[in-house]
Amino acid sequence: MQDLSALPHELTGNTVPMISFKSVRKAYGDLVVINDLDLDIQVGETVSIIGPSGSGKTTVLRMLMTLEDVNGGVIYVDGKPLTHMVKNGKLVPANERHLRKQRVNIGMCFQHFNLFPHMTAIENCMEGPVQVLGLSKSEARERSEELLELVGMIDKKDQHPARLSGGQQQRVAIARALAMRPKVMLFDEVTSALDPEVIGEVTNVIRNLVAEHNLTMLLVTHQMGFARDISDRVCFFFGGKIEEQGSPDQLFGNPQRERTRQFLSAVREAI
Amino acid sequence: MFDWRWEFVWQILPRLIEATGNTLIAAGAGYCIALVLGLVLALAQRTRHRWVNMAVNEFVEFVRSTPLILQIFFIFYVGPQFGILLSPWASGMIAIGVHYACYLSEVYRGGIDSVPKGQWEAATALNMTTMQKYRRVVIPQAIPASLAGLGNYLVGIFKDTPMLSVIGVAELLHTANAIGSENYRFLEPYTMVGIIFLAISLPAAGLVRMVEGYVRRRMGL
Repeated sequence: MQDLSALPHELTGNTVPMISFKSVRKAYGDLVVINDLDLDIQVGETVSIIGPSGSGKTTVLRMLMTLEDVNGGVIYVDGKPLTHMVKNGKLVPANERHLRKQRVNIGMCFQHFNLFPHMTAIENCMEGPVQVLGLSKSEARERSEELLELVGMIDKKDQHPARLSGGQQQRVAIARALAMRPKVMLFDEVTSALDPEVIGEVTNVIRNLVAEHNLTMLLVTHQMGFARDISDRVCFFFGGKIEEQGSPDQLFGNPQRERTRQFLSAVREAI
Repeated sequence: MFDWRWEFVWQILPRLIEATGNTLIAAGAGYCIALVLGLVLALAQRTRHRWVNMAVNEFVEFVRSTPLILQIFFIFYVGPQFGILLSPWASGMIAIGVHYACYLSEVYRGGIDSVPKGQWEAATALNMTTMQKYRRVVIPQAIPASLAGLGNYLVGIFKDTPMLSVIGVAELLHTANAIGSENYRFLEPYTMVGIIFLAISLPAAGLVRMVEGYVRRRMGL
């Protein structure tokens, strides 16, 4: 096992980052997907991850949501270790109980929405608050209606997902994740499975979130214009590492690395 | 040629109809046991404890690979040697319920496997416990997906109830046998048993399809 003794049991100081990857590594057999990643995301910051497919972008989000475990290093959320817990004065891999305690901080939206097909839009939103947070049904309903209003889906609240378009499903999925009141929101290619004409309705919802809520957000996206508009920082991933990062203007306007330039010109040609 | 006597048919019909009730009760009770126990077995094959999964898996394979009639005999005739004294009805229900539970567990397993990975991940993202994932997300989707298979075994269990006649459960075939031996006439009783089975099996299969369609619509699938 990897030596974690150099890593802190808790992050302290004046500005504890909301999310912190420290020497994180992920591999499937011999295939290294994430290679010694260090990444800090501050409270309220919006960070986009771009890069070619297979560069490990989605894995970063999936490890944060604890859908994948890490093979090395530690991820901290709000200063506390997420992937590990302290036992006998040492960092050891987290058990399910620890994960459940730490996961409350994080919400996620998926490329394929993953709404529960047997529940209506509002039931999807109420499910977590009622079952997991223990809210009363009326409290959860009130909260869910507010959020469905926010994403412009209140008039479809009693429809099952099968009756909704992709863009509508994704907006419900955003409301469902927000209903858990997470501190961090993860968006994993949320527009990739959508028809071009409905991408705007989803990106507009996210734009509003950025403008009006103090959420920490991490997005993986192929919409470069969208990433440029909303991000405080953009990270270009290549080969499981951050090849280059900076403000949107810096990274899109004046990329320093050859691979970043190649990727951006390839993306522009595609449009 | 045939020596078919209608008046004999009318004479034995009331007894056969009464026995049909027993057959339906046996099939229904056995099926209910199988529905519940089958789901328990399917879930027990998926726990985190490897030895539990393996033991349950072996048990299911064992039951599925041995004849039902042997299991009926075993519970009824060998059970007492181990101090387990059960009535024919109780033995029969246990045997048929457990036997079909093993088949249904495979149907449930297919249904659970058919629930997309994204559903589990969405449930994790909502911070659900494993129990909540099964109860609220996976099983409600696995059961509609299993309905066709579950329904087939309902007809199957119904057609297997005559095996209970070997330990003296007064279902249809047992009654037909008794009528035959009393009157030295087997043509009418056995023919009537066949017709009764057909008259129940055929609509049942259609009913299963209707229920399946209804449940899928209700769940918005």
